[in-house]
Amino acid sequence: MSRETSLVTADWVAQNLNNPKVVIVEVDEDTTLYAQGHIENAITFHWREDLQDGVIRDLISKEKFEALLSKSGISNDSTVVLYGGNNNWFATYAFWYFKVYGHADVRLLDGGRKRWELDARPFVTEVPGRAIAKYVAKERDNSIRAYRDEVIAAIGVKNIVDVRSPAEFSGELAAPAHLPQEGGQIKGHIPTAKNIPWSKAANEDGTFKSDVELKEIYQSAGVDLATDTIAYCRIGERSAFSWFVLHELLGVNNVKNYDGSWTEYGSLVGVPVALGA
Amino acid sequence: MRTCGATPGGPSLDGIDLTKQTVIQGVILKDGTDGSVPNGTAVTNGHVRLLDSTGEFTAEVPTNLDGQFRFFAAPGSWTLLVQAPGARVEESVLAEQGRPTDLIIHI
Repeated sequence: MSRETSLVTADWVAQNLNNPKVVIVEVDEDTTLYAQGHIENAITFHWREDLQDGVIRDLISKEKFEALLSKSGISNDSTVVLYGGNNNWFATYAFWYFKVYGHADVRLLDGGRKRWELDARPFVTEVPGRAIAKYVAKERDNSIRAYRDEVIAAIGVKNIVDVRSPAEFSGELAAPAHLPQEGGQIKGHIPTAKNIPWSKAANEDGTFKSDVELKEIYQSAGVDLATDTIAYCRIGERSAFSWFVLHELLGVNNVKNYDGSWTEYGSLVGVPVALGA
Repeated sequence: MRTCGATPGGPSLDGIDLTKQTVIQGVILKDGTDGSVPNGTAVTNGHVRLLDSTGEFTAEVPTNLDGQFRFFAAPGSWTLLVQAPGARVEESVLAEQGRPTDLIIHI
């Protein structure tokens, strides 16, 4: 858990495009962009179609995860490099997901698709063929995943960090502004949550800020990282980004991603909700 | 391709309930001053970021194959930040519910 083991640069990826141990995966909510062009030899996972159960609201089962990775040619000893659009939101969600299922070596391309594009690096349209592998996942690691009852019990007790935009936190918007305004049944935020938007951790080009700058963001917001922390957003992908910052870049172990996030909490009957900044 | 009756910059608004949504949209075009591309070429590898009145990130989208983008915002003052290889442009906009804000931005 450090910048060196969890994050790779675009130069590193460019040098490892044909490294047989490396599997590059583009992850997004919409794989249209992948079809238009992607990093050479990258395969793609669709956030919903590949990574959501589809019947119940949950991650896919261990068996389905094993089947997905096996058919994608990913082995237990593969170095998986994730990247995507949307400032790597869904790629960091997938990173967290791979960690939930115990994958040993998973890394994130710093800056994702955007940095690659701003550098005017090449995209290709060829979809690589990969030999089927035999993947064996571990049981889910719930030490990095928070569920709703734990979140309700954490109000006023643990750090709760709402990483959505200020407009979503205050109740002005129900969803990020590039999406139709739908989400939880109501708007607002979890009481005692601090609003530290995910974007505070990123430079304008989508790459992460330095460790010193990242620590300062949480310290200046009054978050004591010695206390357990739960991060949430709307559907758990932006909070995976902030989870990545805390858990992987800053090495804070006691951090969980609440992937049910506001679409779950904002639809619960009778739970406390706060409005305003 | 924009359909007949579409707005001047952004994608078609067909199917969007403008009585409920506050739309900011547009198209990003090359100004062509560097001579490498014709003036008015759609920027298909751009990223458009929506910042709120305090400068805080609210959303970001890549431009589509026609150089277009769209946001569903709230009424008020916003800033658009356009990034593409070698270019960075900011533009202030005022959004209203019921009347889409539609822009043509040259970079």
